[in-house]
Amino acid sequence: MAGSPGKAAEIDATGIGKSFGTFKALTDVTLTIARGEFLTLLGPSGSGKTTFLMVLSGFEPPTTGRLMLDGRDMTDIPPEERGFGMVFQGYALFPHMTVEENIAFPLKVQRRGRAEIQRRVAEIIEIVGLGEHRHKRPAGLSGGQQQRVALARALAYEPPVMLFDEPFSALDRNLRTQMQDEMRRLHRETGTTFVFVTHDQEEALTLSSRIAIFDAGRLQQIGPPRDIYERPENRFVAEFLGDINVLPVVNSTLEGRAITVNGKASGDLAIRPEYMRIALEAPASGNAVAARLRDLTYLGGVTRLNLRTEGGAELVLSVPTADLADGLTPGTEIWATWSSERAFML
Amino acid sequence: MTRRHMLLLGPLLLFLAAAYLIPFLGVMRWSVTLPEPGLHQYRAALTDPLVQSVLIRTLRICAMVTVITVAAAYMLALIWVRSGPVARLLVELCILIPFWISVLTRAFGWLALLSNRGVINTWLQQLGIIDWPLVMVRNEFGVVVGMVHFLIPFAVFPIATAMRNVDERVLMAARSMGASRTRIFWQLFVPMTRPGIMGAMLLVFVFSLGFFITPAILGGGRSVMVAELIYLRLFQSPNWGLAAAMSVVLMAGVGVLIALMLRQLGERTAR
Repeated sequence: MAGSPGKAAEIDATGIGKSFGTFKALTDVTLTIARGEFLTLLGPSGSGKTTFLMVLSGFEPPTTGRLMLDGRDMTDIPPEERGFGMVFQGYALFPHMTVEENIAFPLKVQRRGRAEIQRRVAEIIEIVGLGEHRHKRPAGLSGGQQQRVALARALAYEPPVMLFDEPFSALDRNLRTQMQDEMRRLHRETGTTFVFVTHDQEEALTLSSRIAIFDAGRLQQIGPPRDIYERPENRFVAEFLGDINVLPVVNSTLEGRAITVNGKASGDLAIRPEYMRIALEAPASGNAVAARLRDLTYLGGVTRLNLRTEGGAELVLSVPTADLADGLTPGTEIWATWSSERAFML
Repeated sequence: MTRRHMLLLGPLLLFLAAAYLIPFLGVMRWSVTLPEPGLHQYRAALTDPLVQSVLIRTLRICAMVTVITVAAAYMLALIWVRSGPVARLLVELCILIPFWISVLTRAFGWLALLSNRGVINTWLQQLGIIDWPLVMVRNEFGVVVGMVHFLIPFAVFPIATAMRNVDERVLMAARSMGASRTRIFWQLFVPMTRPGIMGAMLLVFVFSLGFFITPAILGGGRSVMVAELIYLRLFQSPNWGLAAAMSVVLMAGVGVLIALMLRQLGERTAR
């Protein structure tokens, strides 16, 4: 399975909408999935991310909009003819077939030669490390092994696009991390376009080259993980991905103290917990807000602080333990500070 | 199972013992004591040419009935489980209404339809399609029709259950790989519903072995099956010992069949 980026495809979705009766599952989703990229569709349940994947797969025809595959219209092409690889939640293995038979199935569908099928199945079984289980049926395998069979079966016929519907949601944490590493490796080795649905933000950050965030049937933001985390375009994205502190600002003033803001002068100021620091005295200059320390949690390298400002806003800070003064106890009056380039207005 | 659960089973066990076990032990005793002690009635039951031919006919009819019933039930169950609400309702009506009508009524119903002066022959003759009535009763054809009709609901339920257990995503996965509907049906759907098919076949076959009313009415005494023969040996040319021996042989055959099928089902689900 040497990388065959020539086979990877680009998908352009324009104005995709999907209604079920009066319920709008998707509204006007427009995005481009680049050749060979690893795109994660992230959102809470009911956000439309799975519906969008089903539209990509062809199982749910969109109510509005067009889908293009490498510049050709594929909106009305049924899933059988798209030739995409799919991995489902719950693996969807053929229960009456062995591991080998499961993986050979799509190759038989494509009427490949017997010798080629044998060679290809052996090759891919080796890649996913299932050599000793090749004659077992799915019921005799662990969750992680079944997951590998599902991956192998979808990758076996070298599809131009791979679609994943929350494939790791049933796995325990360790196995999940292991499978995520494997996914990244397979993505690198195959060079295929991967589209991956998840509701787990950590998984999205770990895996993807870009993340598309969905909420209420709309695409909220799409971009590399770091952009989305550090420059969220709206409040939903800011609050959905990681923790964030939100403080109301009026005319560049926060709780009576003048602060520097980027962009508009009034609105909600957002700062990530790891970009805030504490000071024991009121700083002479710079952005700061007075607060009382309510709780602190030692997490090894970092310590998590819970603060409440005089105005009643709750703050969470993630501070390197090495920077903290000894003897800091709940109830202490302190100041929370930040630099203005780390804060943004929502 | 706790002790209290066992207590709840008590009345049922008592009823089964009183209504089935004790009478059956009585039948077993007859089979080795009437008219004199010994196993000669079993020898007769297994070697008598008349009994043999009835047994062979019974097995042949039951095998045909099983295959036809399960095939028809499979199609009905498929519509029932996988189609729109109108078709579903129609199938439910077609299955459930006959299910509630007595076996006797249904056998006479078929007689009215199939006999030489029945509805079908009258119509076909009036339309000039045939000159002479088709012989559809008082033969195996009539018996098979009546039995299949009676047994279909019993086969639909286990098959439909197996179909409902098929994970839709498995079929979607196959479609995404480009598999045609025919391939998905024969290579995935049918094998995945195999436990239901096996269960339905067992149920229908065992049930059909003991059929009495339907063959008696629609066979008209010409295609006697084993249950009818037992009845004849009890009440028309009495030989209670032979009737009892045939009953025991039938019972033993059914027992062996059930054991074999259960073992096969168990092995499949265990793997």
